[in-house]
Amino acid sequence: MSASSLAGGTRPTFSAPPWRERAEEALIPPLVALLVALICGDLLILSYGQSPAAVYRLLLEGTWGNAYGFGQVLYKATTLAFTGLAVSFGLRAGLFNIGAESQLAAGGFAAALAGLALPAGTPLIFALLLCMIAAGLAGGVVGSVPAYLKTRFGAHEVIVTIMLNFIVLALLNWFIAGHLHVPETLHTPEIHAGVLPRLADIDPRFHGSAANLALIVAALVAVVVWFYLFRARGGYELRAVGLQPPAAEYGGISVNRVWMRALTFSGVIAGMGGINYVLGYKHYYEDGFASGAGFLGIAVALVGRNHPFGVIIAAFFFATLSQGGLAIHAFVPKQMMDVLQGVVIIAVATAVPEVRRILRGARGRSDA
Amino acid sequence: MNPVSFVTQMIRIAIPYLFAASGGVVAERAGIVSLTLEGFMLSGAFAAVLGTNYSGSPWVGVLCGMLGGLIFSLIHAVATIRYRADQVVVGVAINLLAIGVTRFFLKLFFASSSNSPRVAGFGGNIKAAGFDNPLLWLGILVAPFVAFVIYKTPFGLRVRAAGEHPEAAESVGVSVTRVRYVAVAISGILAALGGVYLALDQHQFTDQMTAGRGFIAISAVIFGRWDPIRAAAACLLFAAAETLQIQLQGSHAIPSQFIEMIPYALTIIALAGVVGRAVPPAALGKVED
Repeated sequence: MSASSLAGGTRPTFSAPPWRERAEEALIPPLVALLVALICGDLLILSYGQSPAAVYRLLLEGTWGNAYGFGQVLYKATTLAFTGLAVSFGLRAGLFNIGAESQLAAGGFAAALAGLALPAGTPLIFALLLCMIAAGLAGGVVGSVPAYLKTRFGAHEVIVTIMLNFIVLALLNWFIAGHLHVPETLHTPEIHAGVLPRLADIDPRFHGSAANLALIVAALVAVVVWFYLFRARGGYELRAVGLQPPAAEYGGISVNRVWMRALTFSGVIAGMGGINYVLGYKHYYEDGFASGAGFLGIAVALVGRNHPFGVIIAAFFFATLSQGGLAIHAFVPKQMMDVLQGVVIIAVATAVPEVRRILRGARGRSDA
Repeated sequence: MNPVSFVTQMIRIAIPYLFAASGGVVAERAGIVSLTLEGFMLSGAFAAVLGTNYSGSPWVGVLCGMLGGLIFSLIHAVATIRYRADQVVVGVAINLLAIGVTRFFLKLFFASSSNSPRVAGFGGNIKAAGFDNPLLWLGILVAPFVAFVIYKTPFGLRVRAAGEHPEAAESVGVSVTRVRYVAVAISGILAALGGVYLALDQHQFTDQMTAGRGFIAISAVIFGRWDPIRAAAACLLFAAAETLQIQLQGSHAIPSQFIEMIPYALTIIALAGVVGRAVPPAALGKVED
């Protein structure tokens, strides 16, 4: 095993154009995972005595088949795009940000605080900018803690971000439960300024769905991340560090500076995700609104293969699963989708290294 | 505050942590990251309630719970050892999968999205204050037992070798792969017992009932610097903080949220090396190609 992979790795192979190799390595794992998920889904549906074909049709009709369902998919995909971009940004530098969950919550909280502090009637663009900056700053502050501890003390970012999730969420809960809530609830009062227009305000067919213009912000962030990673010097350094930290250091890149930047901006991106719920949907911060979206961001980054545009597609996929659960709930419990999420992540995580080994093995043989 | 009631309550709170942290020590010492403890506990809790409900015997429930944890740990082991998938990613996914599977089966078997019906448990004599539960005694003994296995048996030596220097272990004929499979399976069974204790103590399963206890157990493993006895001491420390919070409730001396943060904050401090650096096993999280 090790001998053949070594041979495949050191000898240059010209059996396929590089774009095709890359496409195969990028696309096969998610497709394998989709197949595994469909089979698992079949079993779960059959265990409930329903017809898989009918349930899957219902799932598609309830998500992409009508404007309301699609609006909900758009809304859920927006938050997931932010957290997925955040996680993938860190991963490109070789760092695992598991803290998107609390960075997202902190961002939403800061956006609500900014919206509450501004007087009613503040010009929309100005208010939006301030709220978004507040959200990004809060996420960035949370993200900079593991960054500092990693670069200064070598503390592993995985454990620090997990622990920080609990600390930040407890802190936010203390703020809300003890100080800022509307009586009898766990949310703040409604913000005075900075409300993002909903899609339904532009096209009435989306009536009732939570989709709002935060999705344009998400798309812009994806483009900026793409430009930074693949067209800017800083992004080149970041990817170099992600591939081989010692080699990057040898090549004159300060690994610590890159790590600091990567985790902090990962936090900024996750924090900005808070605007989707707070500025676009409810217009207040509610305790626990982020529940799960940060962890799903890891899945989104993984399935999207850490490419900004792949992340967007993956965000749509997981949003469809989540919204689809509601569409099929009358026939099969929506909890089925929680199972499939886990199955997809494990299948992709397993298929990525395996497919790479198989493809390289095959190329090594055809070359010899 | 009554010191006897304080200590008994602290021990009851610590038992799930003791089981899960002991399991975590075994897997991490073998080089496999244990972010999965939460999922193992949850699956163990659910399987125990399922088994007890259909058999009427909590002992059958204990066996089912161990089996539940074993199944999830084998998924983790196959993905990370056989296929060399990223241990952190699969760990996060195992936890999500455990939440999903227990929710789905809660719906399927008990037609509920929140909790199971009441099932039998152990003990229940009010005067015994929970100490007539055999699982509680097992939980007290598990850490010394794991310490004995890790430090005094050939298997323990292999576990430590697999986590510190797998190449050296392979060179003297130890199958690192097999040792890691066994270590992950042990961690699954032990962590599941923590969930079993929790579920049978409350006589039912509720959605996400482990509520982050698996992560507190990981904190204890790190804060205890991957040593079973020190990890157990950390479990007791964290349980003492929780007991203090419960017994001080109503006095508003310290907001409960700040007590909740203690295990996590201490873990970060330990990792940052402010008071003696916590250094993980050298090969933790790395599976060689």
